[in-house]
Amino acid sequence: MSVIELTAENFDEAVKDGTSLVDFWAAWCGPCRMQSPIVDAFAEKHPEVKVCKVNVDEQPALAMRFEIMSIPTLMVFRSGEAVKKTVGLSGMEEIEEMCR
Amino acid sequence: MDGSACDILILGAGPAGVSAALTAHARGRSVLVLGADPMRSPLAKAERVGNYPGLAGMSGRDLLAAMLGDLERAGVRRITGRVTGVVSFGGSFMVSAERDVYQAKTLILASGAGQGTKPLPGEMELLGKGVSWCATCDGMLYRGKRVAVLGLGGEGEKDAGFLESIGCQVLFFDPTQAKNAQIIGTDRVTAVAVGGKEYPVDGVFVLRDTVAASALLPGLAMRDGHIAVDENMAASIPGVFAAGDCVGRPYQVARAVGQGNTAALAADGYLKERDK
Ligand SMILES: Cc1cc2nc3c(=O)[nH]c(=O)nc-3n(C[C@H](O)[C@H](O)[C@H](O)COP(=O)(O)OP(=O)(O)OC[C@H]3O[C@@H](n4cnc5c(N)ncnc54)[C@H](O)[C@@H]3O)c2cc1C
Repeated sequence: MSVIELTAENFDEAVKDGTSLVDFWAAWCGPCRMQSPIVDAFAEKHPEVKVCKVNVDEQPALAMRFEIMSIPTLMVFRSGEAVKKTVGLSGMEEIEEMCR
Repeated sequence: MDGSACDILILGAGPAGVSAALTAHARGRSVLVLGADPMRSPLAKAERVGNYPGLAGMSGRDLLAAMLGDLERAGVRRITGRVTGVVSFGGSFMVSAERDVYQAKTLILASGAGQGTKPLPGEMELLGKGVSWCATCDGMLYRGKRVAVLGLGGEGEKDAGFLESIGCQVLFFDPTQAKNAQIIGTDRVTAVAVGGKEYPVDGVFVLRDTVAASALLPGLAMRDGHIAVDENMAASIPGVFAAGDCVGRPYQVARAVGQGNTAALAADGYLKERDK
């Protein structure tokens, strides 16, 4: 499944059903560029999870709302509710574990 | 990402890293050496290296300069930077240093002693909750806010300047002040205590020259505060090798150089086996 770019406007609607993984990132952040292809591969492998990205530089309101203080940060939402948050790089297995 | 993966990425440009790089290069492998300013290796402090054969009592600085000269003459690529993240993905490793990302088929960790550097009080508990190890990664999230820079390494001042330039209010603490600092907060950082005084802040950047290998590669087996390796310098993660002070005592140049050589040969063998 393709990865969805989220904004303050479409965020709540996007994560309201099922399981969603959100990757908070920014262009200036080296580790984020390592996280990104892993998240893309995860999306490819797990069509049952809605995979989304938030550019914290362009979406400061979302960064503030979810208290993003280091990136990359990954969050898992179930039916709109935040259930998990990890800071720093995560490998494929760790992401799979988070979404299980 | 910077093109295709190199065969062997070496973390650290001290004696172990240089030795590994020269051997790997001589075996025809594509090599990248990535490390903090090598002149800040502990060896730079040695007035005289008396027990390494053939050096006629050279100083540590001169020895390091000679080693780096060898790398340059061989044409080995070397980049100065602090490695803050490593992740394995799709049969290779991605390594981030400052703002750049590099890819390699194997890793040789030659990151020196200090693997057991004790975190500051509050550092691990509040990591990602206001504590950051990387100014270029997280600085932007603190624009317009008050942050403390605990400059435990050589680049602290430069990073403090960077944070200021993007609009953070920066309190800078030099190594002597920073080493006894305490980070305060429950769910998120609220203050930093230095020299008996508390300063309210939104974020704390803890900046060292080195990030311990165990923090870079979760799951890497350690033994007594050092990276655990077998007789071929292979670490517990396939494709990862280690050499020098980071694998244990005694901390000696001759030992580091020998192990760097062994690690490079083992990495070469590993790649041959893999590509069969
Ligand atoms: C005062 C003094 C005198 C000494 N005298 C002698 C002597 O006479 N004879 C002798 O044999 N030995 C001596 N030693 C010991 C010797 O310096 C070490 O054994 C040797 O430097 C080890 O080499 P190494 O390559 O393993 O590690 P190092 O030389 O420590 O090199 C490791 C490099 O990796 C870098 N690094 C680590 N983590 C990261 C990261 N995350 N990102 C980027 N870079 C990173 C470090 O900054 C460092 O530059 C002396 C040491 C001191 C302090």
